[in-house]
Amino acid sequence: MSDYNFAYLDEQTKRMIRRAILKGLAVPGYQVPFASREMPMPYGWGTGGVQVSASVLTPEDTMKVIDQGADDTTNAVSIRKFFEKTAGVATSEETSKADVIQTRHRIPEEDLREDQILVYQVPIPEPLRFLEPRETETRKMHALEEYGLMHVKLYEDISKNGAISTSYAYPVKVEGRYVMDPSPIPKFDNPKLEMAAVQLFGAGREQRIYALPPYTKVVSLDFEDYPFEASKADHACDLCGSETSYLDEVIVDDAGGRMFVCSDTDFCRSRRAAGHVGAQGVPYEEDVA
Amino acid sequence: MHATALTGGFAEAPKDAARAFRAVMNVMARPGQIETLTGAEPPAPMSSAAGTLALTLLDGNTPVYLAGALDCKDVRDWITFHTGAPFTGPEHAAFAFGTWDDLLPLTAYPVGNPEYPDRGTTLVVEMSALETAGATLSGPGIKDKAALNLPELAAFQANAMQFPLGLDFFFTSGDRIAALPRSTKVEAA
Repeated sequence: MSDYNFAYLDEQTKRMIRRAILKGLAVPGYQVPFASREMPMPYGWGTGGVQVSASVLTPEDTMKVIDQGADDTTNAVSIRKFFEKTAGVATSEETSKADVIQTRHRIPEEDLREDQILVYQVPIPEPLRFLEPRETETRKMHALEEYGLMHVKLYEDISKNGAISTSYAYPVKVEGRYVMDPSPIPKFDNPKLEMAAVQLFGAGREQRIYALPPYTKVVSLDFEDYPFEASKADHACDLCGSETSYLDEVIVDDAGGRMFVCSDTDFCRSRRAAGHVGAQGVPYEEDVA
Repeated sequence: MHATALTGGFAEAPKDAARAFRAVMNVMARPGQIETLTGAEPPAPMSSAAGTLALTLLDGNTPVYLAGALDCKDVRDWITFHTGAPFTGPEHAAFAFGTWDDLLPLTAYPVGNPEYPDRGTTLVVEMSALETAGATLSGPGIKDKAALNLPELAAFQANAMQFPLGLDFFFTSGDRIAALPRSTKVEAA
């Protein structure tokens, strides 16, 4: 028994957020305004995602929280504990066991199922914000489907750098209508946005919720002669040997030594548990810690 | 106020509403899919699915339009006691409840505006039965094709033409619910 209302938020707030989620699902990619609440954590620490998760969790769910793919970083641990305490839900680090996965800036490597829900923490939901600071103008641009500015930005990337240098928060077009910020996931994850699970995006400080129903058509913006490319470090994971997963580069000493490891810690752990060993890895042993 | 208005609410509102919303969200995210929705017991003629949806989503901020036979004292009192939602005509409704014929014409409801398409009405259509046969559905939330017995075709085709403006529909029958958002394309089977 918890002293908190189920999942922390009061019922009126949850109803308001739930109505916003339904409209978000009905108009995929459109940012629905909502009255974001103060949460017991600072803006920028996932308050939007937390409010969305609190509104979709049921008592029977198992929850997983990742921060840039990792289950064991401060933000992920804190949010997981928050819901253990206020909603009394079970938690897991295993992607396949989770019903609701809250994520900061990654999509799990493992394909999600139809019965799973992926909740993104979003810092700046407006893809046009750095090109046009005025909300009145960006709202008009979405209404008129006026996205030329975004293509100019990508074109300037090419003219300056010879390639589209945007590597995260890579803009996408949803069902041929709304240009959407997929949150700062690496562009490596963009192709995975077309998935079987429901995807919900919550921006707490900016007070916006948006959504992608399963199998929604999501196209990364590009040009015919400069097609979109999902890139990653050209390396295999040094712990599990995976050549297909998204990698973090880790500096290991003062002499320029480095290693590449899977950013998705659960994916890496399960591969090592299955006997895969990378170039610098050691055979997997069950953690005692 | 009749005593029936005071009964039939959620036994444990936070958890019952959470479970109910999961079903409601699942059908909205997957047009054509039918789920069971229980928890509330509204007075006749309102179905338990529509009543549960009402308790899950309505409050003082959501003007409600009750159409036809649903616009009776029992249902009004029940919604007022449990949700506090104000009653209104179709032109200001955030939610509308009724049978298909009673809810018509659809032109009476707000469809949002280009800057705020989310301001379109959500209609909850009481049906005699729900089955995954009839009109063919495609669009976001549907892998290839889905099917649902819609009351008619032309109205939903016209609604989808207005995208991103438009109305969003739930269909309820007994304790079952399905949905058809404005993003879904509807064709004859």
